[in-house]
Amino acid sequence: MKGYLRSDGRKGIRNVVAVAYLVECAHHVAREIVAPHRDTAHLIGFPGCFPNDYAQHMMERLCTHPNVGGVVLVSLGCESFDRNALAETIRATGRPVEVLVIQREGGTRATIEAGRAAVTRIAGEIADAPMVPMDLSELVVGTVCGGSDGTSGISGNPAVGRCFDRLVEAGATCIFEETGELIGCEGIMAARAATPELAEEIRASVDKAAAYYATLGFGSFAAGNAEGGLTTIEEKSLGAYAKSGQSEISGLIKPGDIPPRGGLYLMDVVPDGEVRYGFPNISDNAEIVEMMASGAHMTLFVTGRGSVVGSALAPVIKIAANPHMYERLRDDMDINAGRILSEGASVEEVGSEILDIVARVAAGERTKSEELGHTEFILTYKSFEPIGPACLPV
Amino acid sequence: MTDPRLLLLSPDDNVFVLRAAIEAGETVTLETGTATLPARLGMGHKIARRAIAPGEKIVKYGAPIGTATAKIAPGAHVHVHNVKSDHTPTYALAATSEEVPR
Repeated sequence: MKGYLRSDGRKGIRNVVAVAYLVECAHHVAREIVAPHRDTAHLIGFPGCFPNDYAQHMMERLCTHPNVGGVVLVSLGCESFDRNALAETIRATGRPVEVLVIQREGGTRATIEAGRAAVTRIAGEIADAPMVPMDLSELVVGTVCGGSDGTSGISGNPAVGRCFDRLVEAGATCIFEETGELIGCEGIMAARAATPELAEEIRASVDKAAAYYATLGFGSFAAGNAEGGLTTIEEKSLGAYAKSGQSEISGLIKPGDIPPRGGLYLMDVVPDGEVRYGFPNISDNAEIVEMMASGAHMTLFVTGRGSVVGSALAPVIKIAANPHMYERLRDDMDINAGRILSEGASVEEVGSEILDIVARVAAGERTKSEELGHTEFILTYKSFEPIGPACLPV
Repeated sequence: MTDPRLLLLSPDDNVFVLRAAIEAGETVTLETGTATLPARLGMGHKIARRAIAPGEKIVKYGAPIGTATAKIAPGAHVHVHNVKSDHTPTYALAATSEEVPR
């Protein structure tokens, strides 16, 4: 396994050019810039015009993600996003960055043309970025489950949990998340915390999520979850919780916090303070984006009903929990964990299979969603307080 | 010896999970006897392992996943029509307990 060495010491498993729109008004232009360069350039961005510290921080983290070699920023010109601060942060890491302002460039056509030229220039500049040996322990792997059904929690999620246990043993960093989908698991989760202080922080994060969702009126539970046999949020939670495996929980992070060393981390994704901007994560990609902002090189995505998404910047490995769905959507699925139900395969065996594909994808093998050109991305408004001192390992 | 189509996730559970779909009219073998399913149930759905009284906790993975809102007979479908969350209410489209995709 080899990685692209970045100036902060982290290593990337991909070397993409990020093309980022800084307001929805620049989205079309940025998408057109990417269109002829889909293999080398990925589209990311923030749609809002009003300033938001979280979005600024997330964009800084994403544009300096280890899988990103260089960046093109696309601004309309009058939005609140601080493009200069973002460009400066990127430049400080040694990455090439070009800033295009549509109102200054001369409109849509001129900016698309300039942007495509910029992508070509940057891609050429980063093509021979040095690759150095990379160890499994240097990997950061996130996990989500989406489009869950009654099979997710009994096949795919426990298999990811087993893979996580082995990654943590090897010294890697693993992130699981969505405290709103862990309601009902706070007690068993707190018992796995490295310290009593961390246990309190974990309980508080789930309490916060429960209060947040109670204000909104319903939890993280879609109609398809019930069709698939899941009855309540706590049932879904226990199934989702199985992704975390059995390791000690080393820390509690918030989106954009980079774990200081290997171990298992819970990500608190529910905003702090009063309910202000609606649902914490409006879809699965919002969660993937937040784990990328905390350095995740790739995401293990367990699905029962059958999600087809991938992600910009970091590969997504799709793990089918339901064997029938695997047969229907096999072009989209990297792993068939449904074998646990249909063929009596063991969780251990499928966990090893996932670990193998993690190593291969880290070494450059493309996932199904990468082959299909999936580069979904979504970022919306949030606000967070910094994490407390008990949240990170010393 | 229970039915191989039924999965008991934890010894404390009062529900079985279906490893595969079971058709309407088919009979399943429980520890305490047999039950005939009035409607098709898809993989991942749950049936009662034993009689469950209203107000009793539904236990899966050895942990409570909600409270029974009605009397549930052994072998009966356990879902949104007879269980409520102890946390936040479940939002489901109408008739989801009947519609069972593969």
